[in-house]
Amino acid sequence: MSMQIQEPLLAEGPGVPPRRGGFFLEVLRQRKSAVIGLAIIAFFVVLSVVAPYISPYSASAATCAVYAPPSPQHWLGCDDGGIDMLSELMQGGRISLVVGFAATLVAMVIGGGVGILSGYFGGWMDVSLMRVTDYLLVIPDLVFMLVIADLWGASLFHVIMVIGILEWTSTARIIRAQVMSLRERVYVKRTRALGAGNARIMWRHILPQVGPLLIANTVLTVAIAIYLETALAFLGLEDPTVTTWGTILEHAFERTAISSGAWWAIVPDGFVIAAVIVGCFLFGQAVEDALNPRLKAAHLSLRRWRLRPLVGRGPDAI
Amino acid sequence: MAVRSADYVLKRGFFALVTIFVAITINFFLFRVLPGSAVSDLSKVPHASPKLRHALTVEFGLDKPKWEQYLIYLKNLAHGNMGVSFVYQQPVTHLLFADLKNTIPMVTVGTVAAIVVGVFTGVLSAWRRGSPPDHISTNLAIFAYAFPTQWLGLMLLIIFAGILPAGGMSNPFVFGTEPFWQHLGDIGVHMILPAGTLMLTAYGSYTLVVRSAMLETLGEDYVLTARAKGLPPRRIVWRHAVRNALLPMVTLIALELGFIVGGALLIEVIFSWPGIGLAMYQAIGQRDYPMLQGGFLILTVSVIVLNFAADLVYFRLDPRIT
Repeated sequence: MSMQIQEPLLAEGPGVPPRRGGFFLEVLRQRKSAVIGLAIIAFFVVLSVVAPYISPYSASAATCAVYAPPSPQHWLGCDDGGIDMLSELMQGGRISLVVGFAATLVAMVIGGGVGILSGYFGGWMDVSLMRVTDYLLVIPDLVFMLVIADLWGASLFHVIMVIGILEWTSTARIIRAQVMSLRERVYVKRTRALGAGNARIMWRHILPQVGPLLIANTVLTVAIAIYLETALAFLGLEDPTVTTWGTILEHAFERTAISSGAWWAIVPDGFVIAAVIVGCFLFGQAVEDALNPRLKAAHLSLRRWRLRPLVGRGPDAI
Repeated sequence: MAVRSADYVLKRGFFALVTIFVAITINFFLFRVLPGSAVSDLSKVPHASPKLRHALTVEFGLDKPKWEQYLIYLKNLAHGNMGVSFVYQQPVTHLLFADLKNTIPMVTVGTVAAIVVGVFTGVLSAWRRGSPPDHISTNLAIFAYAFPTQWLGLMLLIIFAGILPAGGMSNPFVFGTEPFWQHLGDIGVHMILPAGTLMLTAYGSYTLVVRSAMLETLGEDYVLTARAKGLPPRRIVWRHAVRNALLPMVTLIALELGFIVGGALLIEVIFSWPGIGLAMYQAIGQRDYPMLQGGFLILTVSVIVLNFAADLVYFRLDPRIT
């Protein structure tokens, strides 16, 4: 009896999209910011894909004078090695986006896994996994990354891994809260009664339900990952042979762009980074708002998402 | 009431202690046990004589099993001994606490400025929601935290080149000769750009949190009551709404500490501010692992302790927490 009353209430609870397939279309139709965000992300992804074909000059060979100012031939001027800035930005974007998406993939696998295991099994597994999460939430992550990246050595792969293994905590918490409510749904109980094992329930019945939430998180984590990549690169922990949006800033700073008055080696770089981050933020935020209006405080800390503990305390804490 | 607070404080205090212990242990693992661990691998010590190697081996017990090394490490830490810097040949604890003394004022000024600017812009945005000033301030806030910290710092350097000192903490040519207040003023001038960068990079999230908390508060019944009583809008906003809307700020400030510390590190590198972040950055370049290890530990423990302090403040301010 009580179940029959609860079921429709729960079905309208947080995180249940009306129709899974058309959910993202629905968000895009209803929210202007989602369209803008997606357009920005798509623009940079497409640009990165076609960069080698449309970039005006080589991104590794000198084609003009050192710190040549912007001119009709070189729209954004040149850097300390006489490399065309526009071409370098296009090339840098390729690597920066790859780092952003790859690190996010690592973070999503860990965060999604921890969240589902923690929320589904509860008990000691939940307690121990959440302690680890709390710990990682509290430590200064850039400092921690700096130490690990330095000990491992400067390389693209290490940068990706280091960001991935530290930025999964907010995802884990959100997914956990969601799974804790899904676990009690009648359909899960019925599936179990039919003899499905834990692994099957988690894989076939829980994971698809948290999918949209995971995607919203993915987009927001990409922004954080790109941001952190530029910081690590700036501190000299990026592979010295690659060009990313982070290393462009580092080179400009290390190689006296400022005292040379070469603002064009610095200014455009910041704008493209900020544009991608704002794009991810607008889209991820819109999707998440649509999923769960109760989480509207989430946008308050784009980088850390640390307001989440505020959203609820006690059993429904997120 | 008394029971409630004792229970809560104990619980949070215990969590803080456990977290500190975990940080200490992770520090040991990172630097001693994992492959590439620097302290135990003496071949990574630059220009080490056989005598120094022997001394280091004895000090850290490198010839002993790992668990015994761990105990030695804990014992050393308990005595405030974090080893000796490879580069400066001085105790790490001594060096890093001197640096920390330079970091704290800059970070404090920057954070306080960010909070003040964030609260004002957030309150104005919420008060005049939907108006052009609201759109401008909200969009500026979003962009302020989308731009990388180091980029903001470089922009300030470009804009204020020649007007404000671009690096260091005081003018090296007059140091030690001028009266105290003049020296203080000198430091203040040098602090404008680093603290300003920290303000820019941190204020955006405060604006947004205050704005949305204010919007929520302005919809409360007691605000309606205040309005019905005929109180002037200014008074309703500042005396009735803001005080409640500031509650989430306490948590946000605490939770952003980790981010602020990371940002401060980048800022110290850009402006050559002689703080703990710059020391760590230089330690990386010089392979000075004891300094790196010590810096990581000090920063982590500071953030944990400050988080605990914020928990207590929040607890005092909000009687609903149990």
